[in-house]
Amino acid sequence: MTTDLSTTYLGLSLRTPIVASAGPYTRDLDHARQLAEAGMSALVLPSLFEEEILHEENELTSALDALAGTNAEATDFFPDDVFERFDSPADRYLEHIEAVKAAVDVPVIASLNAGSHGAWTSYARLIASAGADALELNLYHVAADPDRTGHDVEQADEFLVGEIAKLMEIPVAVKVSPFYSSMANMARRFVDAGAAGLVLFNRFYQPDLDPDSREVRPTLELSSPWELRLPLRWIALLRPALPEVSLAATTGIESGRDVAKALLVGADVAMMTSAVLRHGPDHVRRVEREFVEWATEHEYDSVAQLRGSVSAANTEHPDAFERANYVRTLHSYTLN
Amino acid sequence: MTAEWTCLDGNEAAARVAYALSEVVAIYPITPASPMGEYADDWAAAGKPNRWGLVPDVIEMQSEAGAAGTLHGALQKGALATTFTASQGLLLMIPNMFKIAGELTPCVIHVAARTLATHALSIFGDHSDVMHARTTGWALLSAASVQEAHDFALVSHAATLRSRVPFLHFFDGFRTSHEINKIALLDDATLAALVGDDDIVDHRLRGLTPDAPTLRGTAQNPDVFFQAREACNPFYEAVPGIVAGVFDELAERTGRRYGLVEYHGAPDAERVIVLMGSAAGTAAETVESLTARGEKVGVLVVRLYRPFPAEALLAALPGTVTSIAVLDRTKEPGALGEPLYLDVVTALAEAVGRGQRAAMPRVIGGRYGLSSKELTPAHLGGVFAELSAEQPRPRITVGIVDDVTHLSVGPADVHYARPAGEVQAMFFGLGSDGTVGANKSSIKIIGEETDLYAQGYFVYDSKKSGSVTVSHLRFGPQPIRSTYLIDDADFVACHQFGLLSKMKVLEFAKPGATFLLNSPYSADTVWDRLPEEVQQQLVDKHIQFWVIDAVSVARAAQMGNRLNTVMQPCFFQLSGVLPADEAIQHIKASVQKSYGKRGRSVVERNFAAIDASLAALQRVEVPATVTATTRRSAPVPEGAPDFVQRVTAIMLAGDGDLLPVSALPVDGVFPTGTAAFEKRSLALEIPIFDPDVCIDCGRCAAVCPHAAIRMKVYEPAAIAGAPEGFKTKSFRSKDAAGLSMTIQVAPDDCTGCGVCVDVCPAKSKQAVRHKAINMEPADQHREAERPMWDFFLSIPELDRDLLGHDTVKGAQALQPLFEFSGACLGCGETPYIKLATQLFGDRMLIANATGCSSIYGGNLPTTPYTKNAEGRGPAWANSLFEDNAEFGLGIRLGYEAQAREARMLLARLADRLPAELVNGLLQAEQSTDAGLRAQRTRVDQLRLALAGIDHPDAVHLRSLAGALVDNAVWIIGGDGWAYDIGFGGLDHVLSSGRNVNVLVLDTEVYSNTGGQASKATQRGAVAKFAAAGKPSAKKDLGAIARSYGNVYVAQISMGANDLQATRALLEAEAWPGPSLIIAYSTCIAHGIDMSQSMTHQKDAVRSGYWPLYRYSPVDAEHGTPFKLDSAEPSIRIADFISAEARFAVLSRTHPQQAAELGEMLQSDADERWRYYTQLAGVERRVTVRHAHPEIDDTATDTED
Repeated sequence: MTTDLSTTYLGLSLRTPIVASAGPYTRDLDHARQLAEAGMSALVLPSLFEEEILHEENELTSALDALAGTNAEATDFFPDDVFERFDSPADRYLEHIEAVKAAVDVPVIASLNAGSHGAWTSYARLIASAGADALELNLYHVAADPDRTGHDVEQADEFLVGEIAKLMEIPVAVKVSPFYSSMANMARRFVDAGAAGLVLFNRFYQPDLDPDSREVRPTLELSSPWELRLPLRWIALLRPALPEVSLAATTGIESGRDVAKALLVGADVAMMTSAVLRHGPDHVRRVEREFVEWATEHEYDSVAQLRGSVSAANTEHPDAFERANYVRTLHSYTLN
Repeated sequence: MTAEWTCLDGNEAAARVAYALSEVVAIYPITPASPMGEYADDWAAAGKPNRWGLVPDVIEMQSEAGAAGTLHGALQKGALATTFTASQGLLLMIPNMFKIAGELTPCVIHVAARTLATHALSIFGDHSDVMHARTTGWALLSAASVQEAHDFALVSHAATLRSRVPFLHFFDGFRTSHEINKIALLDDATLAALVGDDDIVDHRLRGLTPDAPTLRGTAQNPDVFFQAREACNPFYEAVPGIVAGVFDELAERTGRRYGLVEYHGAPDAERVIVLMGSAAGTAAETVESLTARGEKVGVLVVRLYRPFPAEALLAALPGTVTSIAVLDRTKEPGALGEPLYLDVVTALAEAVGRGQRAAMPRVIGGRYGLSSKELTPAHLGGVFAELSAEQPRPRITVGIVDDVTHLSVGPADVHYARPAGEVQAMFFGLGSDGTVGANKSSIKIIGEETDLYAQGYFVYDSKKSGSVTVSHLRFGPQPIRSTYLIDDADFVACHQFGLLSKMKVLEFAKPGATFLLNSPYSADTVWDRLPEEVQQQLVDKHIQFWVIDAVSVARAAQMGNRLNTVMQPCFFQLSGVLPADEAIQHIKASVQKSYGKRGRSVVERNFAAIDASLAALQRVEVPATVTATTRRSAPVPEGAPDFVQRVTAIMLAGDGDLLPVSALPVDGVFPTGTAAFEKRSLALEIPIFDPDVCIDCGRCAAVCPHAAIRMKVYEPAAIAGAPEGFKTKSFRSKDAAGLSMTIQVAPDDCTGCGVCVDVCPAKSKQAVRHKAINMEPADQHREAERPMWDFFLSIPELDRDLLGHDTVKGAQALQPLFEFSGACLGCGETPYIKLATQLFGDRMLIANATGCSSIYGGNLPTTPYTKNAEGRGPAWANSLFEDNAEFGLGIRLGYEAQAREARMLLARLADRLPAELVNGLLQAEQSTDAGLRAQRTRVDQLRLALAGIDHPDAVHLRSLAGALVDNAVWIIGGDGWAYDIGFGGLDHVLSSGRNVNVLVLDTEVYSNTGGQASKATQRGAVAKFAAAGKPSAKKDLGAIARSYGNVYVAQISMGANDLQATRALLEAEAWPGPSLIIAYSTCIAHGIDMSQSMTHQKDAVRSGYWPLYRYSPVDAEHGTPFKLDSAEPSIRIADFISAEARFAVLSRTHPQQAAELGEMLQSDADERWRYYTQLAGVERRVTVRHAHPEIDDTATDTED
């Protein structure tokens, strides 16, 4: 018996539930191709960060203009060709979408992070025109302003999602932060605002400190399998509440069994980056094989059949997802 | 006839034609011709084809000599080849030029004519270079304007193919090469019509081919050489006719008619000026002004100078002429006259001799315009006045005051009446504020979007930081011929308020002019902030006065200090050249075109600035009387030395043109130490010391590019009389106890670059952002810091022996003898030079290659090399770009000869001198400062003793005694010199075994001429001539030097390891043979934030991009001379290069190439690291013998 691996995510029919999340691999055309060949059923491209665009546009512009026109012998320092060929990061991102679309035969999902309303909409439009099959909105911000209430932040996010969803003809997923006071409420509000799917969760890079130099060091740690537990809980809880919306588990997917867990609680797809970075593109084949072995072992006919079978609505212990699990965990340690 | 009109400069005008008509372009950068090569390279990189559909092969060579050789070879193959050059570059081409002409090979060299270096280098324009080439056998065709540079480029390419005589097409450096003017472009059909296919085929078929082998470049003997040389005569005889024919064809197609010579003026002129080049436009204006008032004058402009068109000249000159002034833009000392003068006299004399002319007119010869000296209608009026004199002086100079040989003619009262509707505008700004860019944009808008003609010329000062720019723009309904600066502007804009108190601004405004000032003060309050001179001009001239707070507008639009898009709409609004609304649309279109590709935010910010500008413009009501109490600040402080007061101050005030001949040194020798009197007060923020946090490391002082933050260590008692608030702390040192120290900023000399604060490792325990030095607003601290700085300078220098020099703090406690140069903010080169002067400055002889270091080191008005309290300091000289190693070796040999001779004479005079003194002098140990001091004392004693000896040897020895003190010869230059043009000489000097120290300031690019690739440029870096990233790896110069074995070699980086850098300099100086130090030097051409200059240096080393090492030759059994001083790379090359625009732009412009070259660059670094780590363990023994005066004593015992 073979398990039917196909799934639907954001209205896109996918061969398997294993999807490449936004990461360095999909930034590179060759790597993107390798991931598709290894079996990723869709690719999420890395986010186009408005902050990065602005930074680069301005840094590079000022670097290129520095001291232009200041000296009789050197009226500038770079060949004119540089200015004539120069593409902004946004241009390059759009070109990348087109290139990846042409290079792979799986759906390509663009991703966008922007801080201002005007920028969101203009970039989102460009992304759709470049041929992306869907858009993942990356709501990445740190609510550091003490004058902004949680209500303010939530309303602003909800408004943005609504604006983009209205504008876009392609489906829009929202990659959400786990730090809302009421996650379940926010999830519903995003869906009501027009989100076709939710990606759980956005993983914030936490800066580190070097105690010797007393400098803040931006460090990138790859995710670990234990980090899957947070999305597992919330997908399990949200699946019954939002039966029609696409849910994606991201962060901590390492093996075929992790994929199984994500689907069991109700995810439509399991997204993976860190494991691929650790083990290379071939790891995708292994994960799919492991998942198939597990599904076969447990005699599942299809992904559709197993999806959500252990969600909060379908598990024997729904309260296990709602409680902190503290007692049981402690108990299990005691038994050991 | 409809032509396409456009605004461009002379370089582009010529290069467009040259590129279209060439297959091979061999280039090398030199001011002011570099842009021609850059255009050609840009076009080739962009795949632009020539007229025949081929993309020309544009190749950068290692020197102009190399470019000429390549040119010669391409021509011999029958290809169409060209090059561009100027000045010394043309000199380097001359050997090949003789060959190319001797072989009757069609070719064109386009020259932006520039001054040859004599008593001084000058980047500016005159004809000394092209005149030097007049014996090469090349035709010389002179273009006098941007349009002519375009047209004559074509005429040259056409005529050379028809005549087989090579053409040197020249136009005046800067005045034409860099002037932007509106010209009619030649179309392809005209190019095709004039450059005949048959001529090209003939040339090609004469090329070398094994199918029809020939032999060229024979050696000929007395039997035939002469006759063979005469065989070319018919070709030269044909040239004038051929050029005239091409001129005619051009006129038929374009309507622009030119002659071999052209006469303008009264048909019955009695007085005529003959000249060539850009002065022609001014001369035409002068003649029109004078003939309008009935004077019988004219000007004859020579266009074809070689072969000299005597017949055309005689035909063009009115028969009524009785006196002629021939003006040459060159000087030939010792000649009977300058070249054009001699040619004209000869032509006339021969005509009289053969009866063609009835009488010989009186002909006088004059010089004008050397190094772009201004030539105005008033000056030429003075020449006509001289011709009217009963006895005109036979030799004159124009445009200067010669109070020594009294040759100069003064200006006459001639003012050209400008055509109705012409507007003259001047703009004063800083290089960094975008003033020049905005003006270039305005010229394009007016010249290309309206029927008006437009002209722009830009004057820059000699500084690389805080440089002032003055833009001269003319717009009008008639073509603009004026080739002199504006001094009666209809519109004056000052984009920097501070300039009003430093330089003349409104002195150049005409009565009733409009003045636009960027002012932090509003219309209501600005008046009281103006210096008296400015108020006086406003009142006297009834000037319409407007202000705008452009800085606030720019900041609100997040434009930083770029004021261009704020000021530009105001210019249009006030000048009335275009309706403001229309102008704004054009400005926005121009911004979109320039910045559109760089991103939406850049365009939006510019648009925001444009939109906000006019609303911020305010009219100022000018009071009827002057009320100011302050005057413009004096250029130098009271009490400055006499020379500084008499000469330097005048130059600093912008009045150098007024200095008479007698004021200037006769031989180019200038005093050092004058930069200290030029108080520029550029910084907006200056570093302020917090002694509580300081850890005495000295790094701030080490990295300061301008020696404007210093460390001084002293006995606590030395600051007994310190002003209140003078900061001090105890100094921690293993060498000496009980000392104090101070870190002090020079508040008027600091440029505010922030490098010192970036490197400061001392952080407050309470808040790490607070360091031992912190950038604070200059206007809040400058007043308070001035007395502190003055007092700091008065603290006696510490005994040089007290602290070891082989530590950073020990070295930084020494007085720098290189200070306050005009180098860029954050310059990576100057800290090395400064360090060398701290360590050896009192005994240094410096040979400096032409380049950035010679410009900030020796460009007037002021000199940064200085002296210590005893009057000792570096003696500095610049020879050329290509010969610096040889020049330095010569200085060494000269010093050694003097030292040997001194020792010889000392031995001869030994019996008349105290034995102890003689022995002490001959056996002095001079490796320490104490030893040097003792020897200097002995030399003083020797001089005293010699005064009492009446013998010729004693006279000689007194003049040679100084050579008994060890001198340190340092050869300093950039990578363009060391890796490229001067490499052959450098290699030879290193091979000589002589005791010279070479410091290569490696910016990995030709910095001074604007960022062209050198062989030091790393793979993947974008530079001019490497627009798609340099494909090849950087040359390992150190490896070549190490191959000799006996050369001390170090690769250093101040930002990465200042201690290793300090020790390398000490070891190099101590090594009695040749030493080579390759110093990583951050540069604005890298496209980095220069305040983090040293952080970039650190990252270059951390990534393995720039490993540090020292190779110390050892004459021992198991020595390992190579010591790797940097740690194993800890970051990837990509992490380093992504922060530098020179690499980062490649991934924007050529992503695929960027990825490939990036990987190769990483491999280069990996492999270099692998190789160097192996090298670090390799044993090598080098048997060393030094030629050293103290050892190879050639003293003889002969008595006379």
